[in-house]
Amino acid sequence: MSTLEIKDLHVSIDTEQGEKEILKGVTLTINTNETHAIMGPNGSGKSTLASTIAGHPRYNVTSGSITLDGEDVLEMSVDERAKAGLFLAMQYPVEVPGVTMTNFLRTAKTAIDGEAPKLRTWTKDVKEAMSKLKIDADFAQRNVNEGFSGGEKKRVEILQLELFKPKFAVLDETDSGLDVDALKIVSEGVNRAQDENNMGTLLITHYTRILRYIKPDFVHVFVDGKVAEQGGPELADRLEEEGYDRYTSVSA
Amino acid sequence: MSETTTHIPEEKARIGAPSIPGFTEEGEDLSPINDNTSSPLGGSAAKAHSHGGGVGVPDSSRAGRLTSYNVDDFAKLTGREEDWRFTPLKRIKGLHTDELTGAAPKVELTGSDVVTLSEVPADDVLNGIAHTPDDRVSANGWKYATTSQVVTIPKNAEGEKATLRITGESLEAAAQHIIVVAEENSEATVVLDHVGSAVLAQNVEFDVRPNARLTVVSLQAWEDDSVHASSQQALVAAGASFKHVAVTFGGDLVRVNPSARFTGERAEVELYGLYFADAGQHLEHRLFVDHAVANCKSNVLYKGALQGKDAHTVWVGDVLIQKAAVGTDSYEANRNLVLTDGARADSVPNLEIETGLIDGAGHASTTGRFDDEHLFYLMARGIDEKTARRLVVRGFLNEIVQQIGDEALQERLTDTIESELAATDN
Ligand SMILES: Nc1ncnc2c1ncn2[C@@H]1O[C@H](COP(=O)(O)OP(=O)(O)OP(=O)(O)O)[C@@H](O)[C@H]1O
Ligand SMILES: [Mg+2]
Repeated sequence: MSTLEIKDLHVSIDTEQGEKEILKGVTLTINTNETHAIMGPNGSGKSTLASTIAGHPRYNVTSGSITLDGEDVLEMSVDERAKAGLFLAMQYPVEVPGVTMTNFLRTAKTAIDGEAPKLRTWTKDVKEAMSKLKIDADFAQRNVNEGFSGGEKKRVEILQLELFKPKFAVLDETDSGLDVDALKIVSEGVNRAQDENNMGTLLITHYTRILRYIKPDFVHVFVDGKVAEQGGPELADRLEEEGYDRYTSVSA
Repeated sequence: MSETTTHIPEEKARIGAPSIPGFTEEGEDLSPINDNTSSPLGGSAAKAHSHGGGVGVPDSSRAGRLTSYNVDDFAKLTGREEDWRFTPLKRIKGLHTDELTGAAPKVELTGSDVVTLSEVPADDVLNGIAHTPDDRVSANGWKYATTSQVVTIPKNAEGEKATLRITGESLEAAAQHIIVVAEENSEATVVLDHVGSAVLAQNVEFDVRPNARLTVVSLQAWEDDSVHASSQQALVAAGASFKHVAVTFGGDLVRVNPSARFTGERAEVELYGLYFADAGQHLEHRLFVDHAVANCKSNVLYKGALQGKDAHTVWVGDVLIQKAAVGTDSYEANRNLVLTDGARADSVPNLEIETGLIDGAGHASTTGRFDDEHLFYLMARGIDEKTARRLVVRGFLNEIVQQIGDEALQERLTDTIESELAATDN
């Protein structure tokens, strides 16, 4: 079993008006096979948390810690974190010019595993994973995310999740921009990854819709850079009905 | 990324259609209908005028560009001229003003028993068979080249591969004239492999005769101190195909101007280019496709990568579809990838269309940046920074490398790209 532990995390960014604190003491522990949902109003710092876990250079950790099975994640470079088993499905996946999906997937897989995958099984794995996610075969020859629709980009993130088999996945609004069928297809992909690879999941979302397919064990309400409340799946339903007023008026 | 594209779908090119309206995109430059059927480029017609003050009206449409064998027909350069406005004349080492009496780079032909190399005097009939200088440096080079090197691909030759190694051994300003004749029905690849150090005004002409298929790779792999201005003009006859691949990465200032003019129908031209500019380098490509006759096809694609302070690339693509060129199909694109801050890519596609009766015409230009977000995305998938850069650049340029069709040369280019990348950050 693995554990991803976030303790009293404070994160700031450099803005034109100077340093701005975004995360103001986040504490969260995720174990293998657990699904944690994070919900919260726009701008509350959810993506900031996700990007900080992945190591985006824009975010400065001013105090607190992130550890993976006791190892200091904050000491690792971005690629080292991926190799250690962390995966971030991005809210806005980046278009990378000049690199085909095929080339990209093979290069990343090689980097993560520390050795090149066996060509024959790898090609088969990629094909199968693509067809399960209903991604057209000709996407393999296209450049990474280039010209993909919003929903296509999200599917390709989950394709990577299935192929790279991380220990922990952070899914930043993977459900946004998906049509009803795609939502189901993508959710099944996440569930497969969790069943097959003993993965822990941190799922950031605005909607309870996806939680019908991906059942959370815990729900955290994120407000103004902090966890304002946590509970079981029933908390999500209450948020859907009541909104965040209760928390925002308290914090204001 | 920003992109401007224009494409005329087939259905618009119906018989009797008026000239295409609505070409307002950037880089577009519609010239007035030009009844003048005289050749803007090369050939004996233009040559006959060489002492009459040149042919053409400067600064109008590309068709009106001044062409002449006489350097004095061209005004002294100020750097403000349309075709010189990007070029740092301070660094051109007098190619436009001086007597070009330095030793021309040594030439040596290898790789084929069938393709031949010979030297002819400057008054030989072959001189000017496909070429008329269209700028002052080219005309100055014409004046001072005392002999011409003639590469001949004989009739019906098949699958020949020859390399003309052009080795510069001096930084004294010099002139050089090369003529490549692809005789009827021949098929060959000729590599012009520029190495060493030189300050060179060069004219290269390609006479691509009926049904010949000629591929030329002009490789500018000069040492850092070199200055090279090369005007490379092709005449492409009926049923012939001409593929030109310019590959430029070495030299302080390199300016290559490839052009192709159709003289017969059903001919095809492909102009490809790949450049990689490092800190301080100025690499410029100005090309011209002249659709002077009907039913020909052209495709242009140049890709460039830039890295380091004051790396500067310039790409200008002129495509002219003359009134007679009904049934033309043409596309041109330039794509740049800026890898670091402080580098600058200028890109200007110019498409002039004088007839509406064409199958298609379009242009595109994009300049993208490889930035921290690209890097973060790839690294978040376990790929280290060096590999990430290499992946992007190699993938980007590979489309052109593949056009070369010679494994050894492709490998050499791939290696060059790798070492250029290794020398990152100035
Ligand atoms: N460059 C910047 N300058 C000022 N504020 C910034 C900058 N970048 C991010 N922020 C602020 O950081 C806060 C947190 O942003 P973040 O993207 O983490 O929110 P989020 O919870 O993911 O929101 P959403 O639900 O809309 O995705 C926001 O208030 C945002 O405006
Ligand atoms: Mg967000």
